[in-house]
Amino acid sequence: MSRMNVNLAGVELKNPVMTASGTFGSGMEYSEFVDLNRLGAVVTKGVANVPWPGNPTPRVAETASGMLNAIGLQNPGIDVFCERDLPFLQKYDTRIIVNVCGRSTEDYCEVVERLGNEKVDLLEINVSCPNVKEGGIAFGQNPKALEAITKEVKKYAKQPIIMKLSPNVTDITEMAKAAEAGGADVLSLINTLTGMKIDINRRTFALANKTGGMSGPAVKPIAVRMVYQVANAVSLPIIGMGGIATAEDALEFIMAGATAVSVGTANFFNPSATEEVVNGLEEFLAKNKIEDINELIGVVK
Amino acid sequence: MSEKAKENCRIVSQTCIGKDIYSMWLQTDKIAQNARPGQFLSLYTRDGSKLLPRPISICEIDKENSRIRLIYRVTGKDTGTEAFSRLHANVPVETLGPLGNGFPLEEARGKKVFLMGGGIGIPPMLETAKQLDAEKTMILGYRDELFLNEEFKAYGDVYVATEDGSAGTKGNVMDSIRENALDAEVIFACGPAPMLRAIKSYAEEKGIPCWISMEERMACGIGACLACVCKSKDVDSHSHVHNKRVCKDGPVFLSTEVEL
Repeated sequence: MSRMNVNLAGVELKNPVMTASGTFGSGMEYSEFVDLNRLGAVVTKGVANVPWPGNPTPRVAETASGMLNAIGLQNPGIDVFCERDLPFLQKYDTRIIVNVCGRSTEDYCEVVERLGNEKVDLLEINVSCPNVKEGGIAFGQNPKALEAITKEVKKYAKQPIIMKLSPNVTDITEMAKAAEAGGADVLSLINTLTGMKIDINRRTFALANKTGGMSGPAVKPIAVRMVYQVANAVSLPIIGMGGIATAEDALEFIMAGATAVSVGTANFFNPSATEEVVNGLEEFLAKNKIEDINELIGVVK
Repeated sequence: MSEKAKENCRIVSQTCIGKDIYSMWLQTDKIAQNARPGQFLSLYTRDGSKLLPRPISICEIDKENSRIRLIYRVTGKDTGTEAFSRLHANVPVETLGPLGNGFPLEEARGKKVFLMGGGIGIPPMLETAKQLDAEKTMILGYRDELFLNEEFKAYGDVYVATEDGSAGTKGNVMDSIRENALDAEVIFACGPAPMLRAIKSYAEEKGIPCWISMEERMACGIGACLACVCKSKDVDSHSHVHNKRVCKDGPVFLSTEVEL
């Protein structure tokens, strides 16, 4: 069998397939459909220092080959997360990546510091959620702010840090370089694209939050382009995501320069999508007689 | 293990039973065996532009033949439900279920019960009526055209209300209760939010335990994405805020437990 292992900042993953934060909870609900042991890593939904109630409903709307969401990072807070969700994930032979959200630099650092004592492999810092008013994307759209928060978080972090980038910027390579300068270990991209849908019959917004983050197969070409740009601008490993539903989609990201890939919205229309992507990658390697998946990373120049 | 399954269910039959209202029988493998009244199924379109599953409540369960009946409304042109309505017998439909909690039949056993349905909230009351061993009164609210009301007659008294007054009480299900001086010890209800709001306040005023089946925009349907939450009185088990998940903690809630 071909080698599927990939390495992210010194953390060895059994394969490059992981979940995109916010689409998989902490894995509990999907463990009824997916053998979590088959995944390279589970990336949890964003967790903050205290419970967040999230936004009013409706929180989701379907768009052509995609969807908008404005959940607003509802989460149980770090205490419940450490008592309930982490022990659940630790039962599985998969890497655990905790997505961290906050309203201020202090919020992020508090959660990061707290997780330093937990059996967690990597931390993903969510500075790119378009659906919360404070924090979130405010850090992810200004290179100086991104570099500063990356530096701060690194002071408290015991695990390698993934900075999750927003596509809602003029030049994503500038953001990638800022995160690299701040000491990020890994970059993940893309978070959702800010969008809007109007319900013409009710003459109002489809989402209570007015805007939401767009995801799904419709955004994939944008995501592949951005992964390619970032891969050619920085030397950090990249976790690519945005509309991945199949192994073929995942391979586009890998060939564009991603070391690992996340399956997000596809979980909603195919609960076993993550495992199917793993299987599909194995089949592709076997069929094309590729010994090591790492040979494919960034082959498209 | 898990009760939920994703299956490629074959359509046994499909008929149009009213304006934009369709009745579909699905052949399932395990879904029917595990299903309870008040639960729902998620149906997936085969159209890559329509990604999200469509949650549809269970109207009838035929365990013997492992079949489930769904009744749904076509919500508009080029919608997922319109695509479903065009499918013929023998066509497979990707289906996930059974999902959600269902009505707590044990809370109503042997009591005087209102089974109240409004519009496309009527279908789940049929299997509830079939399985519930109680003194049942069905109160069904329609805009105009009736559907499915005849099928309830085998299980108790059926009262209808129509907004245009074309059948039964002119008005809504609450008007029907008043006009016919009906009373109950327990209420199970499913329908649009304004109807549920009225039933909730009626039940709470009278001190009648009342369970309502709620609706909200969903994505995953299994409790992971946190899209379909409703405001709850108590702290929810998932996020420890006041947001119960309609798809997983519900769709059926004790009326005093939720705000709407």
